[in-house]
Amino acid sequence: MEHNLNEIEEKILDFLEDKFSGSIISRDKFRGDWSFFIKPNDITLFCKGFLNNYELDIKYLSDMTSVDWFDHEEEKKGRFEVVYNFYSLKNKIRFFLKARLPAENPEIDSITNYFASADWMEREIFDLMGIKFKGHPDLRKILTPDDLEGHPLRRDYPLTWEQPVFTWNKDDPPEVIK
Amino acid sequence: MTTATQVEKEFILNMGPQHPSTHGVLRVILKLDGERVVKAIPEIGYLHTGIEKTMEDKLYYKAIPCTDRMDYLAPMSNNLGFSLTVEKLMDIEVPEKVKWARVILAELTRLNSHLFWLGTHALDLGAMSMLLYALRERESIVDIYEACGGQRMMTSYIRIGGLAKDLPADFDKKVRHVLKLLPEKIKEYETLLNSNQIFINRTRGVAVISAEDAINLSLSGPMLRGCGIRHDLRKANPYSGYENFDFEIPIGKNGDAYDRYLLRVEEMKQSLSIIQQGIDGMPEGPYRAHVPGVVLPPKEDVLYKMEAMIFHFKIITEGFKSPFGAVYQAIESPKGEIGFYISSDGTNKPNRVRVRPPSFLNLQSLSKLVEGSLVSDVVCAIGSIDIVLGEVDR
Repeated sequence: MEHNLNEIEEKILDFLEDKFSGSIISRDKFRGDWSFFIKPNDITLFCKGFLNNYELDIKYLSDMTSVDWFDHEEEKKGRFEVVYNFYSLKNKIRFFLKARLPAENPEIDSITNYFASADWMEREIFDLMGIKFKGHPDLRKILTPDDLEGHPLRRDYPLTWEQPVFTWNKDDPPEVIK
Repeated sequence: MTTATQVEKEFILNMGPQHPSTHGVLRVILKLDGERVVKAIPEIGYLHTGIEKTMEDKLYYKAIPCTDRMDYLAPMSNNLGFSLTVEKLMDIEVPEKVKWARVILAELTRLNSHLFWLGTHALDLGAMSMLLYALRERESIVDIYEACGGQRMMTSYIRIGGLAKDLPADFDKKVRHVLKLLPEKIKEYETLLNSNQIFINRTRGVAVISAEDAINLSLSGPMLRGCGIRHDLRKANPYSGYENFDFEIPIGKNGDAYDRYLLRVEEMKQSLSIIQQGIDGMPEGPYRAHVPGVVLPPKEDVLYKMEAMIFHFKIITEGFKSPFGAVYQAIESPKGEIGFYISSDGTNKPNRVRVRPPSFLNLQSLSKLVEGSLVSDVVCAIGSIDIVLGEVDR
């Protein structure tokens, strides 16, 4: 089993190094999981490459999240980190792509064209962390009320901060349904 | 006259947030053409309480109670997921007995969640007595929770490095009672529903999703297996000693609500088999790992041993330092893949805790499931996804 996994690991490493050598900044293995730090502008290239590779079968975007490195020495590399969690249903292996974004106006390409599940996850990141996704079809808030200001998951948003919020429901239905 | 109907042919109907079949506070905006659904947009966020943000501000072991407040029908699975993630981060190996006890509890949780789902789903479709039957049998499982953790729903029983306290003395007896009771009851449910013409008409061929769409939408759990993909994290990436157990992964064929019903009932039978194996082969040993400074020492030691008391005091007041790095651990909860992503900055509190909520991602497929079907099928679709809004909104 152990040997088997390593073979697949090697295949994935080879595939990534071969095809995306210019886009990967560094790689790291922590507690058995591989993470690849990538250039934020190239995320769609990766998605295209994964969907076109039948052997490795990386078609399952397991999760997508973001990390704020506010007031930490990691902030030098970029304050925000978008983490893509890819999983191969056939080879049963998981790895991460991580893209660092600057503190001012963080923006990255949307991958909803490739993975439909990214839709709500990108909306959630936009809502709670304030990262914009270029090309998202319907980038609205998803969890917090429409008139809530700020992005609650940022580290500089105080935990107990409460804003009075009155309009829970909009009278008009959202644009997408019209 | 004709022009008026043409103009008003398509209209928008608001369903929820307070609607009994939405299982909480879910709002669905439906665009209808007569009784056909043209488009359905789920609106969520009514229960958003910022659990992820709250967990960032807590010491690792203090974040455990936050986890079972998300999916309150499967508290032990959430506890297990978070504990395993922190154990992975801290590189802790737990004793064999803990692993086996966790497997039994996680499978009991699956039974609990599926029973509740079965009752409410059948209730939505008009089979009222199912809810009463299912809740009656669920009671015996909730009793086990109460004996273990002292609470019936928010158990917080599975902790980092082990269990909150040793298994209760009558644990074996109570679990065996469930094992004896449930198989015949499940048979009873099947006679009530499997060939029930009303139930079949309302579920077969309803809320269908194809395998490609299911993968592209990152569905997990019964939603994914219902369309014929044999993927279960208990088998794919075994955790907590699942590799020692012998069980099958049931799959569906058509990806409709009826297949998902059959699949969940079959999963309940498999869970019973796992629990039987677990209770028969339960090893003896300590109920908590011995990792000084990270895992809380057993309470008995704290009262009599000085070192244990010092470590207890230190862990309670300042927690433990975690190494710099990020880990992700996913487990197969009753609803699907629940994963925790912990990004640690090297201090005693996590920098970021992300929960990969199965209900959230499964609910996203609702628009796809109901487009082109009838309004009454929306109720069936929501039920067959098996959502808990506490987990969707966190």
